[in-house]
Amino acid sequence: MRRTRGLLLLAALAAACTGAFGEERFPPPEFTATQYALPAPTRPEARDGMRAGVDVAVLFGALCLSAWLVLRKRSRRGVYALMVFSIAYFGFYREGCVCPIGGIQNVSQAAWAADFVLPLSALAFFFLPLVFTLIFGRVYCASVCPHGALQDAVVLKPVQVPAWLDHALGLLAYLYLGLAVLWAVTGAAYVICEYDPFVPLFRMTGSVNMLTLGAVFLLAGAFVGRPYCRYLCPYGAILRLLSPLSRWKVSIYPDRCIDCRLCDTSCPYGAIRPTTPVGPAPPRAPDRRRLAITMVLLPLIVALCALLGSGLSGPLARMHPAVQRAEAVARGAESVADLTKDDADRLLAFRQNAATAAALPEEARDVMERFHRTAPWFGAWVGLVIAVKLIALTLRRRRDEYLADRGACVACARCFDYCPGEKGLLDPEIAARARRP
Amino acid sequence: MADAHQHAPESPASGGAGPSRRDFLRQSLRGAAFLALGGAAGFLASRTARAGNIWQIDPYLCVQCGKCATHCVLNPSAVKCVHAYEMCGYCELCTAFFEPDPNGLNTGAENQLCPTGAIVRTFVEDPYFEYRITEDLCIGCAKCVKGCTAFGNGSMHLQVRHDRCLNCNECSIAVACPAGAFKRVPANRPYLMKGKRSEP
Repeated sequence: MRRTRGLLLLAALAAACTGAFGEERFPPPEFTATQYALPAPTRPEARDGMRAGVDVAVLFGALCLSAWLVLRKRSRRGVYALMVFSIAYFGFYREGCVCPIGGIQNVSQAAWAADFVLPLSALAFFFLPLVFTLIFGRVYCASVCPHGALQDAVVLKPVQVPAWLDHALGLLAYLYLGLAVLWAVTGAAYVICEYDPFVPLFRMTGSVNMLTLGAVFLLAGAFVGRPYCRYLCPYGAILRLLSPLSRWKVSIYPDRCIDCRLCDTSCPYGAIRPTTPVGPAPPRAPDRRRLAITMVLLPLIVALCALLGSGLSGPLARMHPAVQRAEAVARGAESVADLTKDDADRLLAFRQNAATAAALPEEARDVMERFHRTAPWFGAWVGLVIAVKLIALTLRRRRDEYLADRGACVACARCFDYCPGEKGLLDPEIAARARRP
Repeated sequence: MADAHQHAPESPASGGAGPSRRDFLRQSLRGAAFLALGGAAGFLASRTARAGNIWQIDPYLCVQCGKCATHCVLNPSAVKCVHAYEMCGYCELCTAFFEPDPNGLNTGAENQLCPTGAIVRTFVEDPYFEYRITEDLCIGCAKCVKGCTAFGNGSMHLQVRHDRCLNCNECSIAVACPAGAFKRVPANRPYLMKGKRSEP
């Protein structure tokens, strides 16, 4: 017995040394003594199927309901109930993974690469909230997005972020949007999904780092309202641009505003714009000059950033797995000892498979080429965002009542709850008298 | 509570008869945005399919690094070992089943390579044994695949099982895969199995 085993092992080793790749070292047997039938391999179907259609229908229904609750019913309680539903359905039940935020990447990759297939449901998930935003404002963010709803639910003691910091951090979302699109169209990675802080919480599984990040965002969210939505969410960045164009909007009883500032203090997101102070308007000349200068600077900033972007194409390309593998191989050629664990695995994989090893240098070159072409556009986008922000900062508008900023307002409906005019607590005549001329 | 004023499209704060310049600008931009969205959606609709892409492992690129067991968002992983029986040699000494230099050619736990005992070894006829994977126990660690590929016919290989896979938009195993073996495949051809009989 022992000898046969040794022989078999020897035969196996000998077969291994011939270098044949797997197949037919031991010819598959003909079964003669028994009626043995080869089992057929199973190929279970995907879990989804009808679900995608149901999800789109639920999304549409939730968007309609959210618009009605915010604009017609004006009910924070209703919005809150819908929020809970969205966290439960889109969050914990669907595990956050059919979502317009990540859909940005699928849509941009489909727009770029003709061979990339986009499911119809993903298309619907990406465009429905955009259309609703153009009609009703950010009702998607209000209570349909599970990420937004989760952060909205944990707001505890929000602090007002200083305006300069708010403006600066707000640019991050546009930067992130640019990066996500760049890496999606080059086929490198889906960063939005990879570094989504809340999906691991919804799934209650994931790497320790990502779970910690989610917890940090929720903790921060107790004191800074919706940090992800305001400063990172790339989809929120798009909606912030579309929302000011909306047909209907969130309004805080404009004809009964008595400057009580309750709405302002109730808004955890710093979205309420106060009235212009009474008194002589400041001179316009300096603003005009600044506007003129930034207008002239715009093309310069864009060009400069495009140049910077093309300079960054190398580091940006490192997000692509083929480039990572090629670099691991190059580093391994110098010294195997200094490799990180991941790079060592890549080198091992490279050495183990001749077919991919032969194709790798060309693939990596191809990817680098792609990045050389697209990185300047990313840079130009960043420049455009900065320049437009500078221009927007020079614009000024006179406000006679407290208004929700149409871009920043996520239609959470908190201010309705706080406004005394809304509650019918004010006699309209008193309100009219209390109002400034 | 909701009076007509609240739902007027634009606040008539300016007091003028017609829409203000700001309102006109807004309306034009909104129209343009609708047109752009419609155009983009129409263009993309030509590139849609009922079902999209799903993740799968190319078994010929897989190097059995073991990350499928550790990097899936599911625990245990949605990646399982599958067996192309037609390629299997039905060896008595199966290098996918037994530890190197086992104490005996029996199903004793100390002899088994599989950490969860997911491979069931049954006698067929002399000298052949059948090896079946119990998918509920398999964690996708690829130890058996490594043994089979290195010394046997390579009939055992890893596949993403779609009844378990959540089809994340960015597969976290694909991010970690050192060999680039993970691919997006069309949902109507969801497997890349070894063996001719495995062709759908």
